[in-house]
Amino acid sequence: MRGLPPLFAEEPVDPPDARGRFGQYGGRFVPETLIPALDELEAAWTEARRDPAYREELSSLLVNYAGRPTPLFRADRLARALGLSGRIYLKREDLLHTGAHKLNNTLGQALLARRMGKKRVIAETGAGQHGVATATVCALLGLDCVVYMGSLDVARQSPNVSRMKLLGAEVRSVVAGSRTLKDAMNEAIRDWVTNVRTTYYCIGSAAGPHPYPFLVRELQKVIGEEIAAQVLAAEGRLPDAVVACVGGGSNAIGALHRFVREPAVALYGVEAAGHGLTSGKHGASLSRGRPGVLHGARSYLLQNDEGQVSEAHSISAGLDYPGVGPELSHLRDQGRLKVLTATDQEALEAFQQLARAEGILCALESAHAIAALREIPPSPLVVANLSGRGDKDLDTILGALK
Amino acid sequence: MSRLSDAFVKGRTALVCYAMGGDGDTAALLQAIDEAGADVIELGLPFSDPIADGPVLQEAATRALGAGATLRGLLDLARGLRLRAPMVAMGYVNPIESMGAQSFARALREAGLCGAIVPDLPFEEAGPLRDALAAERLDLVPLVAPTTPAARAATIARSARGFVYYVSVTGVTGSRAALPEDLQNRLGELRAVSPVPVAVGFGISRPEQAAALKGKADGVVVGTALVATHHEKGLQAAADLVRSLRAVLQ
Repeated sequence: MRGLPPLFAEEPVDPPDARGRFGQYGGRFVPETLIPALDELEAAWTEARRDPAYREELSSLLVNYAGRPTPLFRADRLARALGLSGRIYLKREDLLHTGAHKLNNTLGQALLARRMGKKRVIAETGAGQHGVATATVCALLGLDCVVYMGSLDVARQSPNVSRMKLLGAEVRSVVAGSRTLKDAMNEAIRDWVTNVRTTYYCIGSAAGPHPYPFLVRELQKVIGEEIAAQVLAAEGRLPDAVVACVGGGSNAIGALHRFVREPAVALYGVEAAGHGLTSGKHGASLSRGRPGVLHGARSYLLQNDEGQVSEAHSISAGLDYPGVGPELSHLRDQGRLKVLTATDQEALEAFQQLARAEGILCALESAHAIAALREIPPSPLVVANLSGRGDKDLDTILGALK
Repeated sequence: MSRLSDAFVKGRTALVCYAMGGDGDTAALLQAIDEAGADVIELGLPFSDPIADGPVLQEAATRALGAGATLRGLLDLARGLRLRAPMVAMGYVNPIESMGAQSFARALREAGLCGAIVPDLPFEEAGPLRDALAAERLDLVPLVAPTTPAARAATIARSARGFVYYVSVTGVTGSRAALPEDLQNRLGELRAVSPVPVAVGFGISRPEQAAALKGKADGVVVGTALVATHHEKGLQAAADLVRSLRAVLQ
C-alpha cells in the first residue's frame, strides 16, 4: 500500500483572522439565518482536523478510493512544442477519481457532514466536476444529494449531468441571471437558508463565507504538498514556478498554498480572458475586477459602477465566474500571486498542443494554465496543475474547432 | 429619538410595506401605499444577486435593473416625495459598498430616508455601515432569524436602532401557507429584551396571517405579496391590499 498523503498539520499555516479574513478579504456576508450554521461548521471543522480518526479516514479514502498521490509527469514533448527550454512537470489531478481535483474537497466535507449528523448535502457546480465529486461522495457515504447548476452549464456539460444523475443525485437547473455558476451558487445559498437545520452545504470553490475558503484550501492543499515532495524527489529542489488556472480558485490555492512561504517559488494564477480582456466578455476578476461582496465574502469581483455583478464569460464553465476566493485576492494584493490570463482561443490551442504532444485530453479550465506557460518568465523548472480531464468538454471543443 | 421607532405606536401594530424600487411607477406606488395606511415603507434597492429573496422579489429586481434602476436614481425619486410614513432602504451590501458607506448614508439623509436594512450584513460585519448611518442620525435595522440563539438575538437587539426585523421563517422571502408554530413565543422573547420595536416579516401575505400577529409584534412587514399584487394586478389592487392589511391590524 502507498503511504498516506501529508494531510493538514494540526495547526494550520496562515489561517484567516478571527473574523475569517485574509487581509481585507473574506468575512461572512450572509443572511443572519446562516450565521449559527457557519459557527457550527467552523466548530466541527476545528474539532475534526485535530481528530486522528477523521484524518485517518480521510487519508485512507484519498489513497484507496480517490487514487492519491496523483502522478507528477515530466512533459518534455509539451515543453518542446511550446518552445520552452526549461522542464515542465504536470500535476495530474485529472487522474484523480471523478476526473478532477474536486474530490479532495468533497471527501473531506462529506465526512464532516456525516460527523455533524446532516443527511442531506447540497452543492453548486459550474463545469459539473464539483457536482460529480459531491454526488460521488454522497453515494459513497449514503447521503442525499442535490446539485444546483446553471441551465447554460447543464447544456454545455451534459456528460457531467448524466454522471450526477447516475450517481443518484438530483440536478436542479437554474434559469436565473447568467444561468451559470454564479446563479447556481445563489440558488444553493437560498436552499441552505431554507433547509439549514438538516442540510450541509458543500461549497466547491475556496470561496463563500468563512470558514469555507479556509476549509476548502486546507482540503485542497494536499496537491501542493505532493508537488513539493515529488519535485524534490525528482529534481532535488523545489520548482521555480507553479502555475494553476483560477475560477473560484480551489485548484489554484490547493496547488500554490504550500509555496506561499517559499520566496524562491513564483506563483501564477491564470484567469479566463474569454473573448479578450477588453471585450467585456471574460472571467478575469483578479485582473479586471475591483473588491466587492458576492456569495458571502469580500473579494475581487466583476461588477459595474453601480455595484451590480457583471456576467462573466469563458469557454470553460469552471472559470465562468465573476468572483474569486478571498485568499487569492489577498495574495494578489501582496504581490505574491502573479495573475495571467488566457483567452478562449488560447485555451483551445493549448488543449490541442497538450493532446498531440503528450496524449492527454485536459479540461478546458486546465488548458488555460497550459496556455500561460509561454507567458511566464523563462524558468528551468515549472509545475503546471492539470486540474481536470477534458471528457466533459468534448462537445464544446469539437463545436469550437469546426 | 428616531422617526422609525416613533412610527411604532404603543398598543397598535404597525404595518410595514415593501416596494421594489424601479419596478413599475415607483413614485405612484409609494404614494399609494402611503395614502392607504402604511406606517413604515421599505424601499427595495434592486441587486443582481439577491440571495435572501425568493422568486417574486428576484424577478422584481431583475425587472427593475432591466428598466435602468440605479441607487442614486431611486434616492432622487424618494427625495421628491412627501410621504406621511417614514421610509427605510432595504438592499444588499455590494451596491452600498460600491457607493461607499459614508456617501450612501449622506445620500439617504438627503433623500429623506430614515435608515437601511441590509439582509446580507450580519452583526459582525455591520459596524462600519452602522457608524456611517449613525453619523447622519440614521438607523441600521438589524435582522434576527429563527436560527439565532437567544443570547445572540439579545446582542443584536441592543445594537439596533429604529426597530429590529424578526425573520418569521427559516428561508427566503416569499409567501408561506403557514407560519411557524413557535413564532409568537420567539417574538415574545425578542420583545422582552429589545429596547426598540420588533417588526416581523418574511412569509406574511394574507390579512388573516397579519391579523394573527396583531399585538404579538410591534409591526408586521408585507413584501412579496405586495410586489406580486402590484405587478400582476396594478396600483389600485396594491393599495387595496394595504388597506385590508391595515384594517385587520386596527
